[in-house]
Amino acid sequence: MVKPGEFYQRDREWQPPAYVQHYKTSVARSPKQALISLQNSMSEITGPVFGHDDVDPIDNDLLSNYAKPDESPIGERIVLHGRVLDENGRPLPNTLVEMWQANAGGRYRHKKDTYLAPIDPNFGGCGRTITDENGYYYFRTVKPGAYPWRNWVNNWRPAHIHMSIFGTAFAQRLITQCYFEGDPLIHQCPIVKTIPDPDAIERLIAPLDLNATIPLDTIVYKFDIVLRGRRSTLFENRLEGN
Amino acid sequence: MPQELNYLKETPSQTAGPYVHIGLAPGAAGFDIYKSELGWDIAGPNARGERIRIEGVVIDGTGSPVKDVLIEAWQANADGIYAHPEHPGEVEDGFRGWGRVITDFETGEWGFDTVKPGPVAGRSGTKMAPHINLWIVARGINIGLNTRLYFNDEVEANAADPVINLVEWEKRRKTLIAQRIDRDGQTVYRFDVCLQGENETVFFDI
Repeated sequence: MVKPGEFYQRDREWQPPAYVQHYKTSVARSPKQALISLQNSMSEITGPVFGHDDVDPIDNDLLSNYAKPDESPIGERIVLHGRVLDENGRPLPNTLVEMWQANAGGRYRHKKDTYLAPIDPNFGGCGRTITDENGYYYFRTVKPGAYPWRNWVNNWRPAHIHMSIFGTAFAQRLITQCYFEGDPLIHQCPIVKTIPDPDAIERLIAPLDLNATIPLDTIVYKFDIVLRGRRSTLFENRLEGN
Repeated sequence: MPQELNYLKETPSQTAGPYVHIGLAPGAAGFDIYKSELGWDIAGPNARGERIRIEGVVIDGTGSPVKDVLIEAWQANADGIYAHPEHPGEVEDGFRGWGRVITDFETGEWGFDTVKPGPVAGRSGTKMAPHINLWIVARGINIGLNTRLYFNDEVEANAADPVINLVEWEKRRKTLIAQRIDRDGQTVYRFDVCLQGENETVFFDI
């Protein structure tokens, strides 16, 4: 019998290293010792299970989830949609996807954000959803604005949406950021450039999805997310013991 | 050219940034949006076993507390069973075994209430000592850091634990072990995490 087994090892030359000189905050927050590599046990191949009861249907609609009745946030109306897949290309159904972002002016609804751009009274800035049986998810929101941040004196974050994804195992847990096709700030950003491989950076850029765009209503961007894949255990490797 | 394998590549990680709370703990960011935030009750009301509290602080390479960390915990129940369809066995109704906690913006202290997990079956017939898996993200952390919290009152089980024993340097093993404090009848375990420096916590590539 073929059953799902261990996860493929994470490609640490593809993922960003802990220490990146030009992303200054990483300097004091990066472990210097080598990570200890673990073969998967139950602690890694399991992870929290979420269901549709954990979220409200409105949670993935940032145009309305914090807006006053009959009002909506200011900004370019977009849908961000895509699928959550594993490295084998299989869709991951029923997985929790959470996201957060700045408003159209580049300001976060956060007590620690003091940027000049105003808070939008109709925009919270977070959403969450559970993927459907095909691994599909979508969020309706406004396109976030670029904003300055303290690194060098003149750094600007490209427009981005933070994405948090679970999969089925703690070994798949991932947080990333989704950028938008055509933004000239992407390749200037020291946080983007923590990723060493230019091809890997491209995987974080959502293209305009004109086919999915809703005429006279909303522009659509597509962002597929890939979590770690698992081998099929053709041979018993005694992961569980006994 | 040989045939192509056609595996997809894992999506690259990016830092959770300073405003992670908006997405994962909006109450802490300063607003109320969801009917309920996820992850504030790890064990649920029906969990068997010893009720415990875990507390700590995350310290950076300058020796300062990190005040914008988010930590997720993943643990088995008191019988050593994870609330997951691939783990044989049952857990109590309402036991999810997962939670998230953020640090205090002023002090960097974090803490959560749960039950002490039981020993978990390890690979190839081994037994893993009771432990809680932790995943740490923050501004300046490019990819989430995985570590494990073990308990200092599990001396024998810790000595036999296959993961602790993978750490070649005995002096580093202590960074994985939380220290028990009895406080007014409550059992508290202290677990400070050092991102760098002489007492750098052991982190795992899982």
